[in-house]
Amino acid sequence: MNDIYEGLAAAFWLVMTLDADLIEISLRSLQVSLTALVIASAIALPLGTLLAIRRFRYRRLTISLLNALMGLPPVVVGLIVYILLSRSGPFGVLGLLFTPTAMIIAQVIIITPLIASITHQAMRELWAEYHDLLISLNTSGRQRITTLILDGRRNLLTASLAGFGRAIGEVGAIMIVGGNIDNATRVLTTAIALETGRGDFALALALGFVLIALAIGVNIAIHWLSRTEREGRW
Amino acid sequence: MIVRLLAVLTASVISGTVFAEEVKLAVTTSFENSGLSDVLLPAIREDTGIDVQLLVVGTGQALRLGEAGDVDAILVHSRAAEEAFVAGGYGTHRREIMYNDFVFVGPIDDPAAVGIATSAADALQKIGEEKPAFVSRGDDSGTHKKELSLWRAAGLDAGSFTGWYREVGAGMGASLNTASGLNAYILADRASWLNFGNKGDLVLLYSGDPALFNQYAYLPVNPQKHPHVQNDLVAQLETWLTGERAVELINGYTIAGEALFTFNAVPK
Repeated sequence: MNDIYEGLAAAFWLVMTLDADLIEISLRSLQVSLTALVIASAIALPLGTLLAIRRFRYRRLTISLLNALMGLPPVVVGLIVYILLSRSGPFGVLGLLFTPTAMIIAQVIIITPLIASITHQAMRELWAEYHDLLISLNTSGRQRITTLILDGRRNLLTASLAGFGRAIGEVGAIMIVGGNIDNATRVLTTAIALETGRGDFALALALGFVLIALAIGVNIAIHWLSRTEREGRW
Repeated sequence: MIVRLLAVLTASVISGTVFAEEVKLAVTTSFENSGLSDVLLPAIREDTGIDVQLLVVGTGQALRLGEAGDVDAILVHSRAAEEAFVAGGYGTHRREIMYNDFVFVGPIDDPAAVGIATSAADALQKIGEEKPAFVSRGDDSGTHKKELSLWRAAGLDAGSFTGWYREVGAGMGASLNTASGLNAYILADRASWLNFGNKGDLVLLYSGDPALFNQYAYLPVNPQKHPHVQNDLVAQLETWLTGERAVELINGYTIAGEALFTFNAVPK
């Protein structure tokens, strides 16, 4: 129990003194996970919506696969991305291994199925409501998707935030593809793993509390910026 | 608003990957856990302008990174594997830099009486007889290879051990955490042990046998195999690591009054 109090105290001091290392790795965590979130959302939101409205031959199989991929083990994704980006792998010439870009690629792969699955679930219900209206207005596929995304934005926000939660707390993949290089690819989760390895539990816990605070902060900020839970706008 | 914020973040990611003088160096966990890297890296940046990016891994993985060309040079401690690396054409040469030593760490009540051992082999024979919990790195690292060679030297086969011999497949720090939790014996490098914060009931029981010395060597990755490696910077780094400032910093680095590393590079 003592370790937890020490961790809280250490977290407090790190934040109060605006520790330069802490700020750097926190910003990098945000940078990597938010970029991954934007890219993954850009792929997954239209994809999930498309799956809800379009009927095609292997639709069920695609949806089942997507649902299964929600549980994709990050460490396996990390290993595959590592092998692909390694200098001896097919994309080695790009020199991306052990850079933040590699970490973003891994996180996009991890969270896209999650966001797409949640989007699909939400959009299926919305589509049932909108189906007759949009069909009778003779809308194009693109118009239908746009309408559903705009009107279902609250659900989509939930989907995206779930993806962000998985990305910011993820350590297995980014440890492998990022390499936890000080001042280059070290983020909060890999720093926690490192400090635990050094037996410095207080500092590791302090970083953990900062990570949790950051995740909560981003969620609140996004809700506030997009004005959810206010009357008249949703 | 959100879109604009994210656009800025995306742009900063893309621009953030372009840097000037960077060398990627794969090193063993003991080099970083000892804290020596925190002393050397700023000095290197000051003197040469090179930004050394450390990839902290076990010796086995460090050699793999070098073979694949994912790093520019490696600094590890497992002689046989290093020589095979150079012989395979993956590295240009092997340059010895410094050494530190391994120590036997175990529970304070010392059921196997390792504290009164006369040599490293004797210490392991005592452990092999008493069969107390023993944590092995089990990750193909330099420390793990050293431990296995010490068991062989003691006339014991680590592969045949059951139950009490726990291979954790983790780095030095994580293995020490496990040993601390199990109150088990473990072979650790002195630097990692002194810097370790979660000692619990563990104490240093035996050290000093020359068989426990641990030689670090620097191996540049072969530019003929991997033309993208920063060969000039790697050579500059080698000159620095074998130069006067390095002698001073390496020999002068102490934890709790104990010197950890001994510089022994031969001038060219």
